[in-house]
Amino acid sequence: MSKLNQLIEDPIRWGAIVIGVLILGAIWIGTSQVPASATTSGSIPSPREGFAAPDFTLETLEGETLTLSDLRGKAVVVNLWASLCPPCRAEMPALQSAYEADRDRGLEIVAVDMTYQDNEEDAQRFADDFGLTFAIPMDRDGTVARQYLMRALPSTFFVGPDGVIRKVVIGGPMSEATIRSTVSEMLEEVP
Amino acid sequence: MLPILQAGPIAIQMPGLILLAGVWVAVSLTDREAPRYSMKPSTLSNMILIGLVVGILSARLWYVIRFFDIYLENPLSILSLNPTTLAPLEGVLTGIAAATFYGYRKGLPLWPTLDVLTPGLSAFGLAVGFAHLASGDAFGVETTMPWGIELWGALRHPTQIYEVLAAGFIFWLIWEIRRKTPFSGFLFLTWVALTALSRLLIEAFRGDSIIAYGSLRSAQMGSLVVLVIALIGMHLLSRAQVQGSPS
Repeated sequence: MSKLNQLIEDPIRWGAIVIGVLILGAIWIGTSQVPASATTSGSIPSPREGFAAPDFTLETLEGETLTLSDLRGKAVVVNLWASLCPPCRAEMPALQSAYEADRDRGLEIVAVDMTYQDNEEDAQRFADDFGLTFAIPMDRDGTVARQYLMRALPSTFFVGPDGVIRKVVIGGPMSEATIRSTVSEMLEEVP
Repeated sequence: MLPILQAGPIAIQMPGLILLAGVWVAVSLTDREAPRYSMKPSTLSNMILIGLVVGILSARLWYVIRFFDIYLENPLSILSLNPTTLAPLEGVLTGIAAATFYGYRKGLPLWPTLDVLTPGLSAFGLAVGFAHLASGDAFGVETTMPWGIELWGALRHPTQIYEVLAAGFIFWLIWEIRRKTPFSGFLFLTWVALTALSRLLIEAFRGDSIIAYGSLRSAQMGSLVVLVIALIGMHLLSRAQVQGSPS
């Protein structure tokens, strides 16, 4: 180790090493540069932070057709739920009041019912019980569950106005403040 | 990738569990190393504990302050914890500040203290690599190399595995040289330099880099700065300690 110490103490030889590291490092940075579009940057659909939210078109409880990508330009909360899941039940009132608070500022909530594990009557009763006013699309064949790699209910995906996922919350219930603080960051980007 | 381990009714978040194990290993290694530096293991583990507790609480507090009006309407939600409602950077900085203040009050010397913490830090670095492996975070860019792994909808460089290998090598090296260091601060700065070097190299294969100045990966530029500062720091420390010592 004493040889190493002599090397470190020597301003000329150590200085040369530092400069060498700096030059090699700069060359490495130069060779590994990429256009911003080559990294995640939202082009690939995948259910995780930094990726485009996988798109879907489903029929809602009200009988309308909803396409996720039509909601570009708004802050969107995609919540996957089922009426038989207790934590989903526990967080629905928080979603509803967050919706009432920020709907006018450009918040959309898309609460996809896992209809293939649930049934439509129970989902309807659930929506009536809680007085839900946001869109409730029905995933009848599990397409959205597969697209979003659903592994726990509820799962919530916060999608920015550009269609890119900002935050993912697996499991619940989330508190109203958790929802609203996350949403308020996205609302700042809404035109 | 094993983000969640289902143990009967309990869903265990693997990345969190791995990081917790990393903290435990880091504390036990520090306990073992302390006597060689004539330090009390309890003072050091208290310092780590204070850093962690203050770090987590303040990460929460900074987040609440940022969204104060929302939490004012729902004050009980301040207690509703969720990893997404933390301000990580502010938490880490406040935790380090608290640990530093405690160490200063206890009269711990700066560089020997950093050296005694280094084996633990490098073990924790290994745990971070394994946590990334479990969660699939810090993922690679798309590749056609035969060792690419299928992740997030594409065949990608297994950057988490590169990270584990690099961190494993760094841990092994630090462990080997920890008793043969020429001056105090050497071990810590070696760890800083190697960790910065590994980030500088591996970042080139990452698929989630933050890009600055058009096409440059910002983490690489940061790593190169840290690496150079660590090397210059070694030079300054070695000269200062030669002049300071009676021989």
